[in-house]
Formats: sequence, structure tokens, C-alpha cells
Amino acid sequence: MRGGWRQGLAVAALAALPVAVFAVFFLLPLGGMVGRGFVADGRLDVGGVLSVLGRSRVHQVLWFTIWSAGAATLVTVLLGLPLAFVLHRLSFPGRGLLRAFVLMPFVLPTVVVGVAFRTLLASSGPLGALRLDGTPVAIVAAMVFFNLAVVARTVGALWEGLDRRREEAAATLGATPLQVFRTVTLPALVPGIVAAASVVFLFCATSFGIVLTLGGLRYGTVETEIYLLTTQLLDLRAAAALSVLQLVVVTVLLYVAQRTRARREQALDRSTGRLSARRPTTRDLPVLAITATAFVLLLAPLLSLVVRSLRENGAWTLVHYRALATDGGGALLVPATTALANSWRVAVDATLFALVLGLLVTLVVSRRPRSRSGRRAVATLDAVFLLPLGVSAVTIGFGFLVTLDRPPLDLRSSAVLVPIAQALVALPLVVRTLSPVLRSVDPRQRQAAASLGASPWRVLLTVDLPVMWRPVLAATGFAFAVSLGEFGATSFLARPDRPTLPVVVYELISRPGQSNFGMALAASVVLGVLTVVVMALVERLRLGSVGTF
Amino acid sequence: MLEIRDVSVRFDDAEAPAVAHVDLDLPVGEVLAVLGPSGCGKSTLLRAVAGLEPLASGSVSYDGRDLARVPTHRRGFALMFQDGQLFPHQSVAGNVGYALRLRRVPAARVAARVGELLDLVGLPGFGDRAPATLSGGERQRVALARSLAGEPRLLLLDEPLSALDRAMRERLAHDLRDILVNAGTTALFVTHDQEEAFAVADRMALMRAGRVVQQGSVDDVWRAPVDAEAARFLGYATVLTGAAAGRVQRSAGAGHVADQLALRRSALRVAPDGPLTGRVLSARTTPELVRLRLDVEGVGEVDAVAPLPVVGGTVPGLGTAVPLVVDLTRTAPVLDSEVSGGWS
Repeated sequence: MRGGWRQGLAVAALAALPVAVFAVFFLLPLGGMVGRGFVADGRLDVGGVLSVLGRSRVHQVLWFTIWSAGAATLVTVLLGLPLAFVLHRLSFPGRGLLRAFVLMPFVLPTVVVGVAFRTLLASSGPLGALRLDGTPVAIVAAMVFFNLAVVARTVGALWEGLDRRREEAAATLGATPLQVFRTVTLPALVPGIVAAASVVFLFCATSFGIVLTLGGLRYGTVETEIYLLTTQLLDLRAAAALSVLQLVVVTVLLYVAQRTRARREQALDRSTGRLSARRPTTRDLPVLAITATAFVLLLAPLLSLVVRSLRENGAWTLVHYRALATDGGGALLVPATTALANSWRVAVDATLFALVLGLLVTLVVSRRPRSRSGRRAVATLDAVFLLPLGVSAVTIGFGFLVTLDRPPLDLRSSAVLVPIAQALVALPLVVRTLSPVLRSVDPRQRQAAASLGASPWRVLLTVDLPVMWRPVLAATGFAFAVSLGEFGATSFLARPDRPTLPVVVYELISRPGQSNFGMALAASVVLGVLTVVVMALVERLRLGSVGTF
Repeated sequence: MLEIRDVSVRFDDAEAPAVAHVDLDLPVGEVLAVLGPSGCGKSTLLRAVAGLEPLASGSVSYDGRDLARVPTHRRGFALMFQDGQLFPHQSVAGNVGYALRLRRVPAARVAARVGELLDLVGLPGFGDRAPATLSGGERQRVALARSLAGEPRLLLLDEPLSALDRAMRERLAHDLRDILVNAGTTALFVTHDQEEAFAVADRMALMRAGRVVQQGSVDDVWRAPVDAEAARFLGYATVLTGAAAGRVQRSAGAGHVADQLALRRSALRVAPDGPLTGRVLSARTTPELVRLRLDVEGVGEVDAVAPLPVVGGTVPGLGTAVPLVVDLTRTAPVLDSEVSGGWS
């Protein structure tokens, strides 16, 4: 009993710091927002919230959010399934490269994705004739572009782990390839598809940078509407009401995703996992064709972005890149190169912060306490730290503004707000990358080490650490990439004289003028290349679990 | 009738073919066991017959029709895997009725047939259970019922019993034989366990390093292994050659003297007035008899058995000399004329 009590204390001590940070920098701002929505003049005022939800503009925004996210999720799943099959069940030269390429859009900063699609679809762009610029189709396409990796990775990892012999057994019983897929493969993939689809829906419904850069003011989601209400219309109560609404929806969705994920982990435990990919045959042609289409969708905006950033008045030039060192003729307070340096410094701080918190959280949530209440506490903690994945970054940024603005915590003008907010956004990804690895360590290994005379500290050092250093490096890269590209919270919190690069890109494209747009393109390319290089280093570690949620 | 002609299977990354120039025939209604150590290519051969591995050369045909261009699902060969490979998202009844539902058999008839099959494999009333709740032996029974449901032309069994514990394996081997014979099923059965092959099959093929080294009726193969290695694989403990083999056979008055002789562990028995003499190197009492290791004059080191001592009696002591008789029914001549490495 005494041992269990001491272990509980140790776990509580480990959890203390992340919980405290989380309480101050996530729950408090969130609470502040809820308060703004429901409390007016010191009195609970539910009617005010309901009246906001009754506005026709809100209905419009809500409806657009749901259908655009729904459509994007559907297309992403339909395109992602063949992609998952080709990248994880077929073997062919260059497969590793393609897998890395699919992951790339997911880590690209959202403003970069938005700008890339605009270059592709603008009336002067290669697909200008389709007149899709500024339409919902462009927004949905960009969402698909962004999230294809989630489906391909999540479902692909599951597919790869399926025992091929189960399908072979069905074939020898007389099932045609299509029947095998329908009756054996698909049922096994459903948990993965549901989990991936719910995460994709979440990302789409809370996507901010893409909608803001592609939709302008005509098409808004709940997320961009919160931004507009706060920064342009100064209607904080309506913004708070929308944030609360979003929080409720997101929590429900996360709960559903978590449930299916738990079921999937169970399912994976049971398979003996004979991994075997086969060579493509002529029967795979339809699937290969869909995959090729998906790759065109992934490649076209990027190519278009790079090409456009190198052109001016019909000639090849580096003028846009050279302009990055200037203030763009008064368009910017500081040159883009300074913003890049800011981004880098903020990313280093945010990554460090996210890693320390993430490691502590991982150590706690990968415990398997004996007592029922202990297990419930760990499960709750696990779910709570997942929340920032779905709570919009805008909400976090907004919450910081309304709660951390008075003593004892007056951080409004402090430079630490941005890295802290970004660290919270990156935290779920860090935990998602680390905790499956730590959980996969057979507890009997630790018991074996202890029975051979290793102290708890020694066990950590000799059993856990050797499997952890690679995921830790991967998580570092992930957090760094997220921080570099973070736009939602940063756009609220960054001081005008210390912007990050994504903020500068957005400022540039919001201003008229060819040269501003050219600079935005060049800055997007620089930001994209930086992020992709960081992620490529991570991908070199060949970590299967990266990018699965 | 299944005809396998000169079949070879190659894997991309391997130098030697996994299956090399295999010829086998399997008449309708018979059970053929392919017996070999793990990694000898026997499972690959089975998969090739099912159409799951492409042939590098040769042909597989059934009733005179070449199957090269016939995909797995049209061959009518049901394959039962070592671990059953039940579909976890379907109930036991769902699994067993799978092949019938594919053919759009009406639900009522599927249900009736599933009931029959579950009775046949000894699991009546198990239809609503989930595969995850079954024991290893029950899962294999369900897998067998599922394979039989579509009345396949040929049943392919890949080590169906080897994942089970010993007692379960013996019982299920016996049941399997009954079920296959009663259903008149033609079956190709792969195993590394000779007891399993004896219990289930009519005919036997020995496979080694991708090649079939011997085939025939179970009896023929067992009574006359093709070489020393085959003999050892079939459970013979010792293979004697030359003078040693001759001395053992002549001591039992054998008419024809083979150049190589395979001995089971019970081929030599301690008996008064036995013609051979051995010095005891070790002795171990088992529930049924005493197992001895002896150095036999003019033969070398061999195994032997002695009856359990009567109450108060003693086991032969180390170093003592004991008289021995040879039981020729527990020996087999080895066909291979080449002398390969003396006795062991």
C-alpha cells in the first residue's frame, strides 16, 4: 500500500507543473471567454448568448463552417483511402519519398497554403479560367490539400498493420477482390477512417489561416467570425458566444475521436502483424490513377507558388526575395527578414516549452495505475491535454487578451505570450507523438529491469530512454514546425513591432499592390522551405507514428 | 485430381527458390500431408496452389485444367491458416456462413448449414459468440467449419494444429481425420509434425529445402525413409550404417540386410538371453518404461528400453552390461545407398 501511495505522489508531482501551466494559460483564458459570453454586468445572462446565436449572420457562418468542413472531410477521405493503400500496401521505388511528400502540406503554415492556392486560382494564374478564386470550392480544395496527410497516414498505418492472410482467407473462400475489400478490409479500417475523419473535420471546421486568406470577408467560418468580431467589430460578447459554441462542438467531436481511437488501439493489439506490401499490378491502375490525381492536387499549388514568386512583369527575377530585407516601401513596420528572425526565436522558445510540458504529460499519461480512480485521473488528464488540438487557436489568443491583462498576471505587452500560446497549440501533437511509444514499452520490461536490481531512476534511463530519444527528436521537429507556421493565436498576440513571418505574409496579402503580393509569395516560399526542411529532418528518423492521431 | 508439375516459386530477395521443381499428385477424396521442417517451403507451396504466390515455373492443374490464369477466388480451394484468421468483426455464425453469403444463398439455408457445420466440428450453439471469446482450439474448429461451408473442391490446411497445446492437438487431429473422411474432402495438408501427418493423412510427401524428397502412402514412407535425414525427421532416433547396421539386423535373424538402418528409440530392448550386449551410459525412468542410453559392442552408442523394475527391484546401474534383443518392426531400412556420415 505504501509503495502505491508513494508512486501516486510521484506521479502527482510530475503532473503538477503541466497542470498548473495548463490551468493558467489555457483554462483561465478559456474561462475568461466563457465568462464574457455569459456574464453581463455581473449577472448571468444566458439570454444574451442565445440572442447572439439567433442572428442570421451567425446562422450563415455556422452553416458555412459545417458544410465546408463536411465536404472537405468527405473529399479528403475519398482521396485519402486510395492514397493510403498505394503508400502502405504497395511497394515500389520512391515510395518513401512520396510518403514524405504527402506529409508536407500538413506541416506547411496555413497562410502559405492559402497564398499558394490564390496564385493557382487567381484570374492571372494557371487555373484562372475556372474562376474559382474567392469561391467556397477554393476553400474546400485547400482544406483537402492540407488534411490529405492525416487520412493517408492514420488509415495507412492501420492498413499496413492488417494481417494480409485474413484477406487471403476470404479470397480462398471465393470472395472477389471487391468483396474482400467490402467484407474484410473495410470493416477493419472503419475505426481508423472514423478517427481520421473526425480529426480532419475538426481541423477543417477550426481552420483559420486558409479561410481568412482565401475567403476574404464573404465566406467566414466560426473561427474567422470570432476574429472579425474581436478585431474589427469589437463585439466581444458575440465573439465569446461563438467561442463557447465552438468549444462545445469540439469537445464532443474530440470525445468521439478518442473513443474510436481507443477501440482501434485494442484492435491493433490483437493482430499478429505480418507486414507485407506487394508490387503493383495492372489491377491497381484505377487506384493508381486516383493517387496520381491526388498528387497533382498536392503539387500544383506549390509549384504555382514557387514559380509566381520568381516572376515579375513576365520575366524571371529574384526581386521579390530581395525585397524581403526592406519594409516594402512602407507596407511593413519591420522587414520580413526581421520577422523571420522573430519567428525563429519564438519557435525555439515555444518548442522548448512544449517539449518540457509534453514530456511531463507523457510520463504521467502513459502510467497504468492500479486503482480505478488513478486510471480515471490519468485518462481525464490525457483527454484534457488533447483539448488545444481542437480549441481554436483564435480562442486561445483571444482568451489571453481578455484574462491576462491585469495584475497579478499582466502579460499583455510581454513577449512571452506568443511562445506560450504556440506551445499550447503544439502540446497535443508532442503528446500524441511521444505517448504511444512510451505506452508500447511492455511493462514487464520495466519489471524485469527492476528484478535485476535497477532503481526506478535506472529503469527510466535504461528501458524508457533508449526508445524515447527518436520520438523526442521527432516531436521537437513537429513542435518547431507548428510554431513556425502558427497564425491563429499569434495574429492576436504578436505585437505590431515584433511580428512573426506568417503575420507579415497576411499583412502583405491584405494590402493592394503587385509588389506587396510578390513579397508575400517570396516570404511564403521561405517560410514553407524552412518548415519542410525541419520536417524532412524529422522524417529521416523514420518514425511511423508521426502524423497519426 | 490435383496435379502439381515442376512447380518453382521464387521470392525477389532470396537467392535459392523457396519451392524448387515440385511434382505432386493428389487424387480426389484423399488427404495428402506435406511434411517438412519450418522454412522448407511447404507453406509457400500451399499458397502457390491457392494462387496466392505466383509460380516461377511449372503448372498447377485440377481435373486437367491449368489454373495459371484462374485467380484465387475462382479456384474453389479453401485455405485454412495456422491461426484460423477468423474475421473479428463477425460472429462465429457470420464467419462460417461467409462463403455461402458470397453466393447469395438465402439466409434461412445459410443458418441451417451453419448449424450443421458447427455440429460437425463439435461446437453446437456457438453461432452467436465473437471469435475473440474462443479458445485456440475452438477457433481452429470454427475456421475448419468456415472452410468446409462452401464445399471446396480442395481444402488446403496450413499447419492447422500447430498453434495448439499438445492434448488439444492430439484430439483435434483425430477429429480432423474423421471430418475429412466423412465429408469425402480432398485435402492438402502442411505440417512439421510427423504425428499430425500420421494421424490425418493417407499419403505423405517429405519436403526439404524447397524440394520433395520422398512421397507415397504414409505407410510406405514411414517404413522406408529415403535417407538418413528423412528417417530422423520421421522420428527415428538413430541411423546405423555398414557393419553396425549389419550386426543389428543379423542379430535379429533378418534375411535381407540393408546397408543403412534407422532405429526408433525402442528398437533395442533389454531381455534375458539377448544376443547383443550393451554397457549402460545413462538410465531414466518414465511412467511406462526405463529409457537407456547404451554403448553396444560392435554397434556404438544407441537408445534402448527396459521394462519398469518390479516393486523393490532396481534399474540397471551405470556401467553394468545388459543383454539386448532387436525388434525389427521398430526399425526401417534406409533406401539411400550412399553412406552419409556414419551413425549418429
